[in-house]
Amino acid sequence: MDSTTMIALESTIIAVASIVIAGITTGFGCMGPALAEGRAVATALRSLAQQPDASATITRTLFVGLAMIESTAIYCFVVSMIVIFANPFWNHVIAQSAGK
Amino acid sequence: MRVSPDEMIFWQQGFLKLNATILFTWGLMLVLALGSKVITRTLSTGLKRSRWQNLLEIVVTGIQKQIEDVGLSQPQKYLGFLGTLFLFVAAASLGTVIPGYEPPTGSLSTTAALALCVFVAVPFFGIKEQGVGNYLKSYVQPTFIMLPFNIISELSRTLALAVRLFGNMMSGAMIIAILLTITPLILPDIMTVLGLLTGMVQAYIFSILAAVYIAAATRVRKPKSEPEANL
Repeated sequence: MDSTTMIALESTIIAVASIVIAGITTGFGCMGPALAEGRAVATALRSLAQQPDASATITRTLFVGLAMIESTAIYCFVVSMIVIFANPFWNHVIAQSAGK
Repeated sequence: MRVSPDEMIFWQQGFLKLNATILFTWGLMLVLALGSKVITRTLSTGLKRSRWQNLLEIVVTGIQKQIEDVGLSQPQKYLGFLGTLFLFVAAASLGTVIPGYEPPTGSLSTTAALALCVFVAVPFFGIKEQGVGNYLKSYVQPTFIMLPFNIISELSRTLALAVRLFGNMMSGAMIIAILLTITPLILPDIMTVLGLLTGMVQAYIFSILAAVYIAAATRVRKPKSEPEANL
């Protein structure tokens, strides 16, 4: 196997791995926060129904908590975006094939 | 596909680059500063006041009340910093109604700069309120073992602030860009409206989190106090 085929094979493997991993990352990264946010909102709605007077405090705490939960999903999204659009291994392969 | 407005370069000389992020940030600064200057030039204390003064009063008193609700009993001290954070992030996301505009908060450089401001402001206000010794002592609360964890939490929440805002803004812009290639007419508009909502929520969350961090740092500790919320 000559080096050109080698690089072609390498880049294919990296591309497939990046896309598959990005999909898995976003998929699993959305699942957990979705469940957690659902529970948080459900509990907040229940307490809002029980104590409508405390709505300002409950809503503010809910928003801050949702932001905390959602940031885990955002981390996964950012990682998958890096893997797809700014992949360091991909740049390495491009540099190698340019050096030929 | 562009991930951030950093890659849209208008002018370049040597290593100096003028990209969309810097340009739109300057534009926002100009609009915010000139707008407040023009409106506050003709302030009135009587019953008759201009519509713009009413608008600004609603915004300022609203922010003041929110800061007070978080637990900072003297909101006037923190209004300048927290209010500027909120107004900048909110204006950055509201500007998306203008065609050709890209929110500068969709670039990691802008959000990292904002998060670093919070990172510096928290010890600043903490030391100003309770002195160097007492502030440093808060790092070894409740026991000495917690010292590394307190320092790690200080760093990680700065990272979280930056990445959260960046991720939300960037994902909004990217979803619109992807939808434009698939269904060009109606769906991108709906997503833009949704983006306005998430932008306002993110602005609220960013400033409220900064207020919570400052409140935790400035709280004067009593010898036997109840456990406080660790956000």
